[in-house]
Amino acid sequence: MTGGAVRIGCGAGFSADRLDGAVDLARDGRLDALVFECVGERTLAFGHRDRRLDPAKGFNPQLEARLKAVWPLCIAGGCTIVTNMGVANPRRAAEVAMALGVDGGRTAAVLGDDVTALIGPETPLDGGRLSVADVDRELFGANAYLGSDALLPALEAGVSLVIGGRIADPALFLSVLRHSFGWAADDWPLLGAGTLVGHLLECGAQVTGGYFADPGHKEVPGLARVGYPLAEVAADGTFELTKLPDAGGMVTAATVREQLLYEVHDPGRYLTPDVTADFSGVHLDDRGGDVVALSGADGTARPETLKVTVAFDGGFLAEGEVSYAGRGAAGRARLAGEVAEERLRRVHGFTEELRLDLIGVQSLHRHHDHGVAPEGTDVRLRVAGRFRERERAEMLLWEVESLLCCGPAGGGGFRGRVTPSVVTHDAFLPRSDVPTRVEVFG
Amino acid sequence: MTRRIELREIAHARAGDKGDTSNISLWVFDPADWGLVRGQVTAEAVKAHFGAQVKGRVTRYELPHLHGLNFVLEGALDGGVNGSLNLDGHGKSWSAILLALEIEVDQ
Repeated sequence: MTGGAVRIGCGAGFSADRLDGAVDLARDGRLDALVFECVGERTLAFGHRDRRLDPAKGFNPQLEARLKAVWPLCIAGGCTIVTNMGVANPRRAAEVAMALGVDGGRTAAVLGDDVTALIGPETPLDGGRLSVADVDRELFGANAYLGSDALLPALEAGVSLVIGGRIADPALFLSVLRHSFGWAADDWPLLGAGTLVGHLLECGAQVTGGYFADPGHKEVPGLARVGYPLAEVAADGTFELTKLPDAGGMVTAATVREQLLYEVHDPGRYLTPDVTADFSGVHLDDRGGDVVALSGADGTARPETLKVTVAFDGGFLAEGEVSYAGRGAAGRARLAGEVAEERLRRVHGFTEELRLDLIGVQSLHRHHDHGVAPEGTDVRLRVAGRFRERERAEMLLWEVESLLCCGPAGGGGFRGRVTPSVVTHDAFLPRSDVPTRVEVFG
Repeated sequence: MTRRIELREIAHARAGDKGDTSNISLWVFDPADWGLVRGQVTAEAVKAHFGAQVKGRVTRYELPHLHGLNFVLEGALDGGVNGSLNLDGHGKSWSAILLALEIEVDQ
């Protein structure tokens, strides 16, 4: 690769990802930037829930642990950390980062993704199929997906930590490339190429052998210490994807192909806030030694609107479980489920949707006949429902637990839990309605 | 003479989600099997394989030079990760279900 290349590593592919892979990259990766991608639909919704319960929360719970471990290393190595660990509270996350007192640590918070104030009862959701008023639940918050534009002023400020909230995953990486190479905001082929870099790195180990192994079909060396990926990117947008030599896992054409279309619909039209990326002509060159070279990504103009995730109070998820073992276990578990449902409907007047799963026989894919064991010897009944009131959620648990004395023979091992939940819907806003800004700390 | 094999013998897959839509990309290990998979693993075959789990349409996209297919399954996730009562609200395990689809190969 020619001089002037930019080296970017990924330190987390989701909110609860491991830390040691990131520390290895921060110490040994000779990186220009280390990116932690930690926000999905679910984690954003949880962030809103946490912030409502405590205004000082709503950012990633691992923020402090991650920064303590990697920030000093990154500052020493001249590497910038870019992350969306601010989730639903990026300003507070920046304050928490500064409170760590890391020597030389300056932070920029990227703000403006929170568009809750722009959402009203008439706001159309899910392509106009319903409105906010139709949802008839308390609005928790709404966040627009920000693109790389929003991060550039933070990078230009020369801080060692850029922290935002709802930022499109590939934009975290693309911003570093735009800042380094000066790519124009409408150079669609280069933005498409940079989006491919981000897309392949954003899920962490999913491109280095994580989430890939299938014994007997797909073997991965050293999976327990799988390394996180890094890319060395040239100014023309071509790049090599690799990992640290001592780390476990592998980078091959197969691991890269499998990640290429992860969460992509039309490969020729992958919509992001930055560009409509075109991955249909991507070329892979497996050079061996855990190096795959990539080229051929393209792009066309970015969408006119920004996607917004609108989160509402989802009430309470109730899950009650009890196990049956030995001969006839599936039949007894099935009967237990029927008893629980009949009582919830007829004795307690439940009209909400209930879900009955026989774990070990038919749970994740109950509509699917292939591969279903005809009779397990160890079957767990799961009864699940979602309720507006906590009392009703707890009633479901009570009913499932009562199966221990009143249900079929041999039931044991009751566990139940009630989880506050959030439901989300999509909206779209014109870009001009979503101004962003950057606040620098330190 | 032909025999039936599961896709898992010749292909690998990964599932992702956006809201209530699942996508599953499917890749053959050996380019020699590409024609077989392209010919038999149609959008209709995938829709039938998943049965009532997929309430919307299934669309197939092709990446012939990389020997891959991408299937987009609408209405597949019981409302999506934040609304589903399914233990696997993301539909992450859908890839393994696709790989259990059987195709016909020459003896």
